[in-house]
Amino acid sequence: MTTIAPQTSATFPAWFAARQQQAWERYQSTPTPKRGDEPWRFGNIKQLNFDGFQKAEPLDADALVARSTGLESTAAKFVFVNDTLAHSESKVPDGVVCLPLADALESHGDLVAKHFMQQETRLGSAKYAALHEASVSNGLFVYVPDKVEVDGAIEVHHWISGENTATFPHTLVVTGTSAKVRVVDIYRSADDITPGLAIAFNDISAGKNSHLDYVAIQSLNEVSRVIQINESSAARDASVKSFILNTGAAWARNESLTRLEGSGSRSDMLSVSIPAREQEYDQRTFQHHASEGAYSDLLYKNSLYDDSKTIFSGLIFVEESAHHTDAYQTCRNLMMSDTAEAHSMPGLEINADQVKCSHGSTASQIHDDEIFYLCARGIDPVSARQLIARGFSVEVVARIEDEAIESLVLKYIDEKFAHIASGGA
Amino acid sequence: MSEEATAILDNETKDAINVDRSKGDFKFPERNKFDAGRGLSSKTVDYISDVKNDPDWVREYRHKALKTFLSKPMPTNWATKDLENIDFDIIRYYLSDGEKPKRSWDEVPADVLETFERLGIPQQERAFLAGVEAQFDSEAAYSNVKEDLAKEGVIFVNSTEGLKDYEEIFRPYFGKVIPAGDNKFSALNSAVFSGGSFIYIPKGVKLKQPLQAYFRINSENFGQFERTLIIADEGSEVMYMEGCTAPKFETATLHSAVVELVALKGAKIQYVTVQNWSSNVYNLVTKRGLAMEDAEVRWIDCNIGSRLTMKYPGVIMKGEGARGEVVSIALANDDQHQDTGAKMIHAANNTTSNVVSKSISVGQGRSTYRGQVHIPKHLKGCKNNTECDALLINSKSRTDTYPAITVKGNQHVTQHEASVSQVSEEMLFYMQQRGLNEGQAMSLAVNGFINDLVREFPMEYSVELKRLIDLEMEGSVG
Repeated sequence: MTTIAPQTSATFPAWFAARQQQAWERYQSTPTPKRGDEPWRFGNIKQLNFDGFQKAEPLDADALVARSTGLESTAAKFVFVNDTLAHSESKVPDGVVCLPLADALESHGDLVAKHFMQQETRLGSAKYAALHEASVSNGLFVYVPDKVEVDGAIEVHHWISGENTATFPHTLVVTGTSAKVRVVDIYRSADDITPGLAIAFNDISAGKNSHLDYVAIQSLNEVSRVIQINESSAARDASVKSFILNTGAAWARNESLTRLEGSGSRSDMLSVSIPAREQEYDQRTFQHHASEGAYSDLLYKNSLYDDSKTIFSGLIFVEESAHHTDAYQTCRNLMMSDTAEAHSMPGLEINADQVKCSHGSTASQIHDDEIFYLCARGIDPVSARQLIARGFSVEVVARIEDEAIESLVLKYIDEKFAHIASGGA
Repeated sequence: MSEEATAILDNETKDAINVDRSKGDFKFPERNKFDAGRGLSSKTVDYISDVKNDPDWVREYRHKALKTFLSKPMPTNWATKDLENIDFDIIRYYLSDGEKPKRSWDEVPADVLETFERLGIPQQERAFLAGVEAQFDSEAAYSNVKEDLAKEGVIFVNSTEGLKDYEEIFRPYFGKVIPAGDNKFSALNSAVFSGGSFIYIPKGVKLKQPLQAYFRINSENFGQFERTLIIADEGSEVMYMEGCTAPKFETATLHSAVVELVALKGAKIQYVTVQNWSSNVYNLVTKRGLAMEDAEVRWIDCNIGSRLTMKYPGVIMKGEGARGEVVSIALANDDQHQDTGAKMIHAANNTTSNVVSKSISVGQGRSTYRGQVHIPKHLKGCKNNTECDALLINSKSRTDTYPAITVKGNQHVTQHEASVSQVSEEMLFYMQQRGLNEGQAMSLAVNGFINDLVREFPMEYSVELKRLIDLEMEGSVG
């Protein structure tokens, strides 16, 4: 990674330039994670060498815009190539701010300032969150005012194009009281052979009694790396749902933190990962119950093929005053090969009373009887295994509760299975 | 529970602890012939080696371990910061009256005998034990095994005698299950170890009655570093029980043991601990067993006392069909942190392990479960089951769970489950309706929570355990 401080665009407000400057200093003064650091236990810190990667101008933007297909109809759609806006269309209701972050910084600076990266990154990648903050130049900003519901989803494509390109995609979504919105981020590479890097940050802030659903589809090519930091907060009676699909990248690190700030709030943290060959997915989660009477439920499912590796480290943290908390955490690993490797660290820290908490982690393979049952019905063993693995993932996908988005996610899951079945050339 | 009830309950909980602790809370004046002084240096190690007349290989081992101890950082990157409060410079690393362990209680000095009489050891020995070792500060005061067992070749001596008199059995396994450099505290123990048991059970010998060791700290600022090695030869069976107490001193005391178990083909070792140190003892213990083909190692562990306990008994299942088990009960009261867990390393096909852990946090107590399950590549048919349940009694109680499960390959089954709950008001109300007072109801609920585990302990201990828990719980509700 370059050692020169990134330049803040002259059109951005002064506070933002100052934040970027401070973030750059923080990036430089924060030590690189090292072996033995608990947030990186079992993790592969060698992947954190980003030498040679740098920001780049967009390449082949028009061709990539043409390939940016997703949902049939959207409330708004944006395409970024190397963090530069290449396409935008929007039919969001009046009052909703749905803009590229660069535009929002100029037109709605105060609103952005209030919500931009307000939580502390505590799951190990503080250094890379600082690098993101110092380097971010664009992304999505959504503000849905009180009582406004956005029909359909806002869809954002983030492309990485060109060799050793580093990108810093940012998604900031804020809802007012009783508002509703859905956002889908799709991360992809322009081709299958060029290594790229994404250090992405999603900031999700749900106002009172609002509904905010966020879906990220990570389908980069298998020579790229990604760090995705997802931080969400839910105010009183709000509901936040975040779903992460990992099918791509050589190495992906997800850090998802949710903060329950009001009673009656609810957070669903969902993820499906299907690593194959030598792919490595390292997921860390944090369910922070700061308020009493809140609910959180985490379900992460991994199907591991070939020599792939997954790490799940989750913590339910219940503050002293957060009585009457309901918090659940489940990680399930389906081992599809003899050489795959799954690490699970499901943790609990409970400081309050009248709490209902549970966590579970399992690792297992498909039972021979299940395969036999399907074979007896004329399905070949390879398809039978695939069918069961797909069903295993579908249980999580169904919890998105939006048919159009579910079928988009399933399309990526099926592509991955087809890729695995074909030997994955 | 209402705020008011909580406040009353905290006070009453304190009373309950005081009652309970009094059994071990007494001491006699020190009369030590050998005292290694305060602080730790290579001189301390030489002093211990000189007093014990160690063979050269042991002296060398101690010095090497000391270097490792000094070079290793405190594991505060994952463990509690409370470890930083241990002052290694004021601790006394070796104290003894220079007497050899006695084979008969009649020869044990009067005050030491009275100590163990008050703790009920000689009486229990007559009643149901196959052998007893009683350690007073650094050295064993008494060690005896029933005559007929000795005739069959059962060895039950302290570690000093073990390494001198039975070197050919002792040395090949010593420090092999837990190398000195395993962690900072195993290195400390390896440098200054003294006392503890060496047990050898010959081929095919199955002990019907348990062997017992009792560890007692009598002197302030004293660090007890016993070292136990148990070898169960092919097809043999043994149950070993240990208990520990200390008087309540003004300043903190350190207990850092290393326990190595070796179960050869088809052997079975059960290791039972009831830890009731006073609430200013740092209890930092490394315990690990090696299970060869078809062998079984079970750790049955109950932690009620100490200020901070860090103990994660482990089993390395090295032979096909080996089995490992940890059954653990922890009770954390005010100012206590029970940081316990289990480590299951599967290193052969068709090995199975089971971890059942139940913890209860009372008042401001904190209990933590840390677990590690490791199933490497290219093994088949390994199974692990882990269950950990936590019960929170008061609003200031705290519980944490940090398991780590590594599975490589698709021919294994692991499952981990944990739950946290509290005794609900409905449950208490239901029982009170049937004529129990609130304290009895709470006690019944807690005993019900751990009942299936208490049954794993030998009868005499399970009765004692139930009584201890009744005592701890009696005052906890107003």
